[in-house]
Amino acid sequence: MAGTLTGSRTITAHAPVAGTSVRRVDALEKVLGAARYVADLPGEHLCGATVRSAVPHGRLRGIRFDPAFDWSGVTVVTADDIPGLNCIRLHRDDQQALVPVGGTVRHVGEAIALVAAPSSAAAHEAAAHVHPDVEPLPAVLTIEDSLAGLVEVADGGNVVQEWHVEHGEVDAALAAAGVVVEGEYRTGPAEHLYVEPQGMQAHWDDDGRVHVLGSLQCPYYVHSALTALLDLPPDMVDVSQATTGGGFGGKEDFPSTLAAHVALLARKAGRPVRIVYDRSEDIAATTKRHPSRVRHRLGLTRDGRIVAADVDVVIDAGAYATVSPVVLLRAVLHATGPYRVPAVRVHGRAVATNHVPRGAFRGFGAPQAQFAAERQLAKAARALGLDPLALRRANTLRPGDTTTTQGTLDDSAGLPVVLDALARAVQRPAEHTGRLATGAVRRGRGIAAGFHGAGFTGNGESLLGGQGTVALTADGRFEVLVSSTDMGQGARTVLAQIAADALGVDLELVDVPLPSTTRTLDSGPTVASRTTLIVGRIVERAAARLRDDLRAWADGLGLAGHDLAAVAAARASGGDPPTVTEAFALPGNVAWDQDTLTGDAYPTYAWSAIAVDVAVDTDTSEVTVERCVHVVDVGRAVHPVGVVGQVAGGTVQGMGWALLEHVVEDEGRIVNDRLSTYAVPTALDAPDVEVIVVEVPYADGPAGGAKGLGELPLDATAAAVANAVEDALGVPIDEVPLLPEAIHRARGRTGWRRA
Amino acid sequence: MRVEVEVNGVLAVVDAAPLEPLLAVLRNLGLTGVKEGCAEGECGACTVLLDGAPVMSCLVPAAQAGGHTVTTVEGLARDGVPGAVQQALLDHGSVQCGSCIPGIVMSASAAAAREPGASRERVRELLAGNLCRCTGYQQVVDAVVEAVAVGARP
Repeated sequence: MAGTLTGSRTITAHAPVAGTSVRRVDALEKVLGAARYVADLPGEHLCGATVRSAVPHGRLRGIRFDPAFDWSGVTVVTADDIPGLNCIRLHRDDQQALVPVGGTVRHVGEAIALVAAPSSAAAHEAAAHVHPDVEPLPAVLTIEDSLAGLVEVADGGNVVQEWHVEHGEVDAALAAAGVVVEGEYRTGPAEHLYVEPQGMQAHWDDDGRVHVLGSLQCPYYVHSALTALLDLPPDMVDVSQATTGGGFGGKEDFPSTLAAHVALLARKAGRPVRIVYDRSEDIAATTKRHPSRVRHRLGLTRDGRIVAADVDVVIDAGAYATVSPVVLLRAVLHATGPYRVPAVRVHGRAVATNHVPRGAFRGFGAPQAQFAAERQLAKAARALGLDPLALRRANTLRPGDTTTTQGTLDDSAGLPVVLDALARAVQRPAEHTGRLATGAVRRGRGIAAGFHGAGFTGNGESLLGGQGTVALTADGRFEVLVSSTDMGQGARTVLAQIAADALGVDLELVDVPLPSTTRTLDSGPTVASRTTLIVGRIVERAAARLRDDLRAWADGLGLAGHDLAAVAAARASGGDPPTVTEAFALPGNVAWDQDTLTGDAYPTYAWSAIAVDVAVDTDTSEVTVERCVHVVDVGRAVHPVGVVGQVAGGTVQGMGWALLEHVVEDEGRIVNDRLSTYAVPTALDAPDVEVIVVEVPYADGPAGGAKGLGELPLDATAAAVANAVEDALGVPIDEVPLLPEAIHRARGRTGWRRA
Repeated sequence: MRVEVEVNGVLAVVDAAPLEPLLAVLRNLGLTGVKEGCAEGECGACTVLLDGAPVMSCLVPAAQAGGHTVTTVEGLARDGVPGAVQQALLDHGSVQCGSCIPGIVMSASAAAAREPGASRERVRELLAGNLCRCTGYQQVVDAVVEAVAVGARP
């Protein structure tokens, strides 16, 4: 078929698609209702259900199966049915897949046994006839009790991780500072509330290979967990992603547990098994955002230059480590905000409690840390009588500056540009409007800035060595094969855009299939704002090399000058179409020492600044967001409409965390495990977010300089809301969520009276 | 019990348990565009039209739909061509994870039919029963305001 090309020149210039807002590759099937999420997939299967602990801490003495119940047709699985290690492999092997008899229960909702039956109703009926016998032990339910250590709830002590960063003479600098601002800040747990609940199915084929398919962010996390749990070699475990209805970190670590459960049930039943959680089970049993307590001392000169910071970060890890070690590290590395801090000490601890495990949640510790940092900046501005935006502009990190870990920022440090854009967008009056106003409604404005390291922390990307493949298919199309997932954020579209431009072909010729571990190499988990930056660059390099290979082939046949689509079609028709795999390559100017936490903690950062105007009803202490401007620098915006969607969505999610979302935990049990009791923003609660995108490119980013995006909108939002409420009332409020009762309490503490 | 209901223009005869929600019956018919997000009428992912009015199908007993007409997200496209609301959502880049989208399409289609020209604030009210966790609603509202402005057919 190569002969169908002639030597004549038909090449046309390919118009780049990166930087344009093409239709998302998955949008049409979704608006038509044709997209199949795991609960929608056809096929016969049993339904699983989970027997869980009702107590937060105890010893499992036994499991009683109601002898009066008809157990025929019901598959039962306990820890005895686990062929390999009884753990959910992640950073630590501390979390059990099922609590064994004689073992320790560490949180309400921990899985003890599993059942499967022909229908979901039958499975839940059977589960209700399984009675764990748990001898209660004293539970640890607060950060303070965990630190006190009177009751040990984790093997090896309650402090499950500790990190320390220190540089310069902190105590001397604070002693000499013109002003020292001190505060203690708390943030609560929060529920991801992806609209599609967790779901997974498994079946075993005749060769003894297990196939798991479900709603997940990280196929290779699940793969790793299952090989250990099932004692199988890697090629006998096949993990695939179904269309996934939101993740936000909630489908980063937890799907490994659910995959373990369906795989064990399917193994014993000899039939496919599916579990899709209902909303209550999903809220009650899956991970939450880490609650935090941050104590922060910030020293400044009288004219508003930061001289030192001393920060103590403690996060509640819950019952198992999950991703807490790295959540804590990210919190520590973002703890002083996006500012120059010459002398710095940050100490971080993650402590075990008997709460449902805390796990990844968009922002991954950085929003908690920056809530404190940006409240501190607001207080400093008040103490010094400085404009809050001017104070930030005076201290912002700039290209060439040094980070708290003594890394050097490159030209992609875009916060000065971001702050300029915010200043133009909001012509702020100098006075604090709220304190001067009278009447029931007080208005105020809050400013905050944020940053977010893109990619894994420290040397994580080098250790992982993510890989990605671009393949020519037999029908002359191109496939991007990576384990990175689209959970709604648009990764498939963005990766297709990057590949199309590097290849020099129309976007319509590029497919990004849903990943499976059998077909796709490990490009890493879909976390850490890393997919566009890290995986996008791998894909771009693979696509460029495939393009060069195809060009060389065409040149050899005297077909130079044909456009690549024609060359590809010809090459594919000859059989054995080529594929190219590339791996992560560390940019030469990035260096990190994990032992001392010194160097470039991230290859690059995304930057944000936000202004929030609120109205506070002083009769009810309710807060209404009246205006919000959010400026971001994510480097090159590969899909501008997608960037706006991510920022608007993340901002509203951050406002939910700031104002509404309150997981009520009573003796370790989540009380409000329903949507009628756990409130998230509706279309009426959400303001229109004025999203302004400025582009400060990163030299080693794909598509001409893209950086990370997904988590950034959470970093500064909550602090901006709290700063606005303080501006309105003159009352500092140092916790989220800012529920009316929290505002009321804060007003009571300060003796606030309406003038 | 035997229930006869017209679904997307086709008469369906189904056997439904007493109080079995319409949601389950529709999904059993293969209409999996109708999503279950909470099963208690809070999230709106299961929204369908019952005689043209938006209802949360998790709260409606299937028997109550007997003798009535139901439209789901699958019933809006003509020969695979998206309806006006669907097209507006595509045009505005409103779709992210998509699990709320079928419900939003139905609420918005009812709005377009019943309140053409509705204001942006009114559109937010009409969508307040549909939770979305990805978009912050902004691009969804943009799309629906445009769709209702042209008095779009459902």
